[in-house]
Amino acid sequence: MEMEGEKLFEVDLGNLMAFDSHHAFPSQQSRVELVNECLQKGTELVQAIADSLFTLPSTEDIDGPLVKLPPPTTKLPREKHFPRPKPPTKWETFAQKKGIKNRKKDKVVFDEQSGTWKRRHGYDHANDEEAIPIIEAKPTDDPDEDPFSKRRENKKGRVDKQEKNRLQNLKNAAKFGALPSHVQLAATSLPITGTQAAPKKATKDELGNVAGIAATATASGGKFDKKLPGEKPAQHKGKYRKFLPVAEGTGIGSLEREQTEKILNKIMSKNNHDILNVNKAVTVHNVKKEKNRKSDKSKVSSSNKLKPQKKSFKKGNAKKGNPKAQ
Amino acid sequence: MLEIKTAKTRRGKRELEKRAPKLIESGKKTLVLHGTKTSAVLNAVLTQIYHLKKESAVKYSRKNDNINPFEAGGETSLEFFSLKTDCSLFLYGSHSKKRPNNLVIGRTYDHHVYDLVEVGIENFKGMESFNYDKKLAPKEGTKPFMAFIGEGFETMVQLKHLKEVLVDLFRGEVVENLNLAGVDRAYICTALSPTKVFFTHCALRLKKSGTVVPRMELVEVGPSMDMVIRRHRPPNESVRKEAMRTSRDKPKKKEKNVKKDPLEGKIGNVYIPDQKIGEMDLPNKSKGVKRERREAKRKSGSDEHASKKKKEDS
Repeated sequence: MEMEGEKLFEVDLGNLMAFDSHHAFPSQQSRVELVNECLQKGTELVQAIADSLFTLPSTEDIDGPLVKLPPPTTKLPREKHFPRPKPPTKWETFAQKKGIKNRKKDKVVFDEQSGTWKRRHGYDHANDEEAIPIIEAKPTDDPDEDPFSKRRENKKGRVDKQEKNRLQNLKNAAKFGALPSHVQLAATSLPITGTQAAPKKATKDELGNVAGIAATATASGGKFDKKLPGEKPAQHKGKYRKFLPVAEGTGIGSLEREQTEKILNKIMSKNNHDILNVNKAVTVHNVKKEKNRKSDKSKVSSSNKLKPQKKSFKKGNAKKGNPKAQ
Repeated sequence: MLEIKTAKTRRGKRELEKRAPKLIESGKKTLVLHGTKTSAVLNAVLTQIYHLKKESAVKYSRKNDNINPFEAGGETSLEFFSLKTDCSLFLYGSHSKKRPNNLVIGRTYDHHVYDLVEVGIENFKGMESFNYDKKLAPKEGTKPFMAFIGEGFETMVQLKHLKEVLVDLFRGEVVENLNLAGVDRAYICTALSPTKVFFTHCALRLKKSGTVVPRMELVEVGPSMDMVIRRHRPPNESVRKEAMRTSRDKPKKKEKNVKKDPLEGKIGNVYIPDQKIGEMDLPNKSKGVKRERREAKRKSGSDEHASKKKKEDS
């Protein structure tokens, strides 16, 4: 508030605003006169603001004199609510109850495995159980269980538990409207009662496929159904039947012969071992015959009891060795 | 089932933090938009007000057919736009036979419509219709002076409301330090009758007066218009009470590098930047400290020393 001559102006220096509540304009006036009078009056008010503004203590700056404005007196509503205090997490309430205080931990710790100092968390961190390549077996261990997969499962379980706790704490914070600004809790989908996992959301393609399958329920296989905008024609499942030409010729006409040949080859290759190779059979027969003859000869020549036994035992060797000896 | 969604990028996180509720708010943004039909006058009004507030305003140029701020259900998309653009002030222009050249000025609290004032625009004169020395033209984003004249602003409920909304709309940023060389504009609002307000935008000419306080002179630069009050909706009392709450205590800035010790009292850490003694010039440059020599020495430093020692020994 400021007295200006006889008149009383309300001056809000924080908003650089002045208000003259005692002026009334005569109603009958031309537009130009009215505007001029308004400007005149306005000049007075602006002068009143300037009077108090320019007499404020100022500090000299490169750009000009700086003054410190008082806080605005005109009360205006806020834009958003006050930031709400975050409710304590479950751990924080527990720690409070037990009197547990946070201690600062070193960033690096001694790693027993390598005997060096490594960082506590993150890449290549100290005492990482995942990095242990050999796990010693204990007599109490279950032999069917893989200790490595067990270790992995344990780790996963701990991570999942932490994630669950985090969600619980965030839900609680959301109840108080104190979620951190960068976090949102979004509903994925409503679970069907009784099932633990939420049903997966059907994709666009899947829905399209189902619509296509449903269309085939008509007698014409959905051929004459009215299509919705954007709906794809029903997919044809299975193969089309194809018939070979009756008359033989080149190109597609020779397909029949190829087909029969193919089938024949297949049968032949399958029963290949049954088909007799005469040449091979003759040689095999000859070799066998000779072998028999040789063994008979050696039996006759030797009188020693042990020797023939040995020979017969190492039949393959003898067969190989004999030609060299001869 | 709930899923935790967090900002994927650092930039996105920063953007969300900017929009989060704060103890001390930085400033309101204005959304300028219009309905299905606007007149040429209203288009000019909207664009020129947007120009006046360019540093903190968003202008939508498409038609909006489902915005009726005064009707129930007609504010849904408006509230959505307010959330999307993070604006808490809006100017909505529409033109109909019943309400020609209609401008709705409103505010939102927590992205819900807080209050509304509807005015009709008459006798509009745009920026381009004023002739003045262009050197005087106000700079963008400067803090304006505001003058309200007329007893109507105190006695009439609608005018009082309009005054508050206009102050909120045009006052600009709330600043602590003001550069006196930067004051160059003023808004003059005059209550001509219980329903009519004459609004104009002026440039300031500071003239020497012989004292510390310069003599002010107003030069009309436009836009200027008459606002005829039509409908208005004051804020809900409970919402108003909540929105008007102020924090008594200012947020404390964390005191860094200072510890309190029961025995020694206050202990401060003083940061001294690296003194860079190596780069410092010596007072006199003798032969030994010349750069070339030093570098040569560094190159074959150890060898020289070794050879020298040998010599001494022998």
